[in-house]
Amino acid sequence: MPIKSLDELKAIRKSQMKKVKLRDHGESDDLQIEILIGMATCGIAAGSREVLNAFIDIIDSENLDHIKVVPVGCMGYCHSEPTVQVNIPGQEPILYGNIHPEDIANIIHKHIEKGELLDDHVLIQTFQTIR
Amino acid sequence: MAKQRTHIMVCGGTGCVSSQSLEMIETLKALIADRGYEDEVGIVKTGCFGFCGQGPIVKIHPDNVFYVQVKPENLAEIVDEHIVKGRIVNHLLYQEPTSLKHLKRHDDMHFYKKQYRIALRHCGLINPEDIFEYIAYGGYEALGTVLTDYTPEQVVANIKASGLRGRGGGGFSTGLKWELTAKSASDQKYVICNADEGDPGAFMDRSILEGDPHTIIEAMTIAGYAIGASTGIIYIRAEYPLAIHRLKVAIEQAEINGLLGDHIFGSNFSFELQIKYGAGAFVCGEETALIHSVEGSRGEPTKKPPYPAVEGYHGKPTCVNNVETFANIPPIVLKGADWFKRIGTPTSPGTKVFALAGKINNVGLVEVPMGTTLREIIYDIGGGIIGGKAFKAVQTGGPSGGVITKADLDTPIDYESLKAIGSMMGSGGMIVMDEDDCMVNIAKFYLEFTQDESCGKCTPCRIGTKRMYEILTKITEGEGTREDLRKLKTLGHMIKDSALCGLGQTAPNPVLSTLHYFADEYDAHIDAKHCPAGACKALAKYDIDPEKCIGCTACARVCPVQCITGQPKMRHTIDAAKCITCGACYTACKFDAVIRP
Amino acid sequence: MSDIFSHEKTQERLDTLNAFIDAQANKNDALIAVLHRAQEIFGYLPSELQLYIARKLDIPASKVYGVVSFYTFFTQKKRGLHTISVCMGTACFVKGSEKVFHAFTETLGIKNGETTADGKFTLRDVRCIGACGLAPVVMVDDKVFGHVKDADVEAIIAQYAEKGSE
Repeated sequence: MPIKSLDELKAIRKSQMKKVKLRDHGESDDLQIEILIGMATCGIAAGSREVLNAFIDIIDSENLDHIKVVPVGCMGYCHSEPTVQVNIPGQEPILYGNIHPEDIANIIHKHIEKGELLDDHVLIQTFQTIR
Repeated sequence: MAKQRTHIMVCGGTGCVSSQSLEMIETLKALIADRGYEDEVGIVKTGCFGFCGQGPIVKIHPDNVFYVQVKPENLAEIVDEHIVKGRIVNHLLYQEPTSLKHLKRHDDMHFYKKQYRIALRHCGLINPEDIFEYIAYGGYEALGTVLTDYTPEQVVANIKASGLRGRGGGGFSTGLKWELTAKSASDQKYVICNADEGDPGAFMDRSILEGDPHTIIEAMTIAGYAIGASTGIIYIRAEYPLAIHRLKVAIEQAEINGLLGDHIFGSNFSFELQIKYGAGAFVCGEETALIHSVEGSRGEPTKKPPYPAVEGYHGKPTCVNNVETFANIPPIVLKGADWFKRIGTPTSPGTKVFALAGKINNVGLVEVPMGTTLREIIYDIGGGIIGGKAFKAVQTGGPSGGVITKADLDTPIDYESLKAIGSMMGSGGMIVMDEDDCMVNIAKFYLEFTQDESCGKCTPCRIGTKRMYEILTKITEGEGTREDLRKLKTLGHMIKDSALCGLGQTAPNPVLSTLHYFADEYDAHIDAKHCPAGACKALAKYDIDPEKCIGCTACARVCPVQCITGQPKMRHTIDAAKCITCGACYTACKFDAVIRP
Repeated sequence: MSDIFSHEKTQERLDTLNAFIDAQANKNDALIAVLHRAQEIFGYLPSELQLYIARKLDIPASKVYGVVSFYTFFTQKKRGLHTISVCMGTACFVKGSEKVFHAFTETLGIKNGETTADGKFTLRDVRCIGACGLAPVVMVDDKVFGHVKDADVEAIIAQYAEKGSE
């Protein structure tokens, strides 16, 4: 449906806010967990597509419907591609670098289930984004 | 098993590792186990925090408390106070130099504000193929506001007041460009987005297109409204298939939602977008050459004036802006020109994205306010030089720019200051070089590039850059003379003064700038036939230090031409005549006994 | 002379190209777009094909040749089964891509832009593929290899040497 006015756009924005609330404030109405995967050229060259597939495989085979995978652009951490960000409601997002398919089971079973972070992979976000 | 409630994050970046952060991890593990918290508290080694000057760095998650310059003897205190009792250890917090205040949260710290994202604001945050995520972050509100509340003149005035300058390299005022195009009377005008990122080593435009394509669509539509154009063209490198795909998806979604097409936001303004492919020609970054390429011809530049704002695509007024420039437009519209002017320096407001690459630990894209110094970018954000080697120079502006040396590391970066030290902003490639890079060889590399990319239309560039390249080749092969240096300088200035377009006029910059700052390296190549960095193969001669060689035979075993002889446990020697200077012996020797030329 | 029009699927290919040309709204502007499409269909742009396009668009063949030879993306020579592109962008250059390129020329016995006698590999240098974080970078067809050292070259070639032909 074409958007006909600025008010209509703002109404759509309001209804879509839920989708990104978790990313924005670490809050969420449901218990949805979000995995952001850097899927720009450099990320894909470093293997982020395989990482994405590995997530989807585990999520499918174990019916983990509360985990949602979102492909995003480049975060700028080229030195540590592929990058993966884990957003759990109520927690500060955790950004991982140098993630490969064999690390995915650990992210799901250790980080998400038990709260243990993966050694050697955590990156610290060092920029401010305008709001 | 109980869920881990707290994590102690210790930086495992090169800088911190060299100050014993790895040993500290072991100590922390032992301390946590000793206090009986191993089920609740995890110890994690992380990637570089990018603040190596204050290392080793320890962060407590999720409290977001950040300890700097932590020494092994401080660890027990952190565990007993912070982890066990929940009290922050004040004296280990970062102290802001100006206010002398201890800052607890890392978000409060000044150095974390070194990177400030405007152009890259959505990259890595939203799904680029979902228009609703863009809308959820305020997308298309700038366009809606402009079409609902502003006249085209007001939009132009607003952009002009913001002081935004072209991020593709030239630094021309964007508002002025829009104003000139708006004032040219015509039945048809065009907006062109230059996405033909040609500077080798710069990839910010691609990242924006791949991570946030809707921002470009929104900004181009705003530009179309401001200058009175109903058609926009995105001229993009055919080598960027992913960016092309995401743009196509985004354009389709924008059309479905009525954000492109007829009567956008119910107004009388209509706008359509087309994608045109480049085909690999650096010179097409120049506006007039780009326009010829969009027209399907050879991308050769033509004389200005007439400027594209008056006579551009098919002879109609055309406004050409680059991707990063466009990415700044929606935030300026939404937050105002005054907000934008508060960031950066008075003559160059806003931020600039740099592609940091070369011999640096944290290769990546960084966006910093104008006025940030090179030292901050290289050491605080970039994590310093790989392998702890000595910094030699950084090249900005790609093949059109020059080198910046140690002496100028504290120059605040903006368009004017970079020009003053013989380089230029360019599109934002920043290549860091260390002691192993030969500056003559680097100059030769850039000249090879420009003479290869010269379109051939004007003689100074076509023949001049070729001659310069030949002279540089001669020098790196040990055949150079002092006369050659003089010729390089004369030719360089001549090309600068007489070439037709920006490519030719700036092509000699890498040579002139290295000649100025690294004259001693040129001299060594010519007088002593010696390459101080050991990079020029023709001049290299390896040798073995008799004091250090223990006769382990490692070098002789790896030598591909068997030019190293010697009995085990006896000093080895290299036959210089047979040596092909591959450097394998140098790499193989564990005792630093192989001397590089 | 190339054998571009003696392939069994020639007519089918020309039909696809013709349909693309006919669909262009503005034929004046279309040359570069048409050449992109033609290279996608035929793999390269030999002089017979350039002449065909010139007649189709009703422009001088010299203009077509001028554009083909101007842009590095267009190739007039048939490529090998696999194209090995060594990145010679600045970031890769300072990280030693020259050595890697040299190793490829030595191992394959061909120079820049050439194709091996068995038609398996074409070697070329490219300007920055934008994966500077992985420098030095080599691309074989669409697959990217990062942090390549000259010692890795033989293994990369071996991976592709075994793969069958068209």
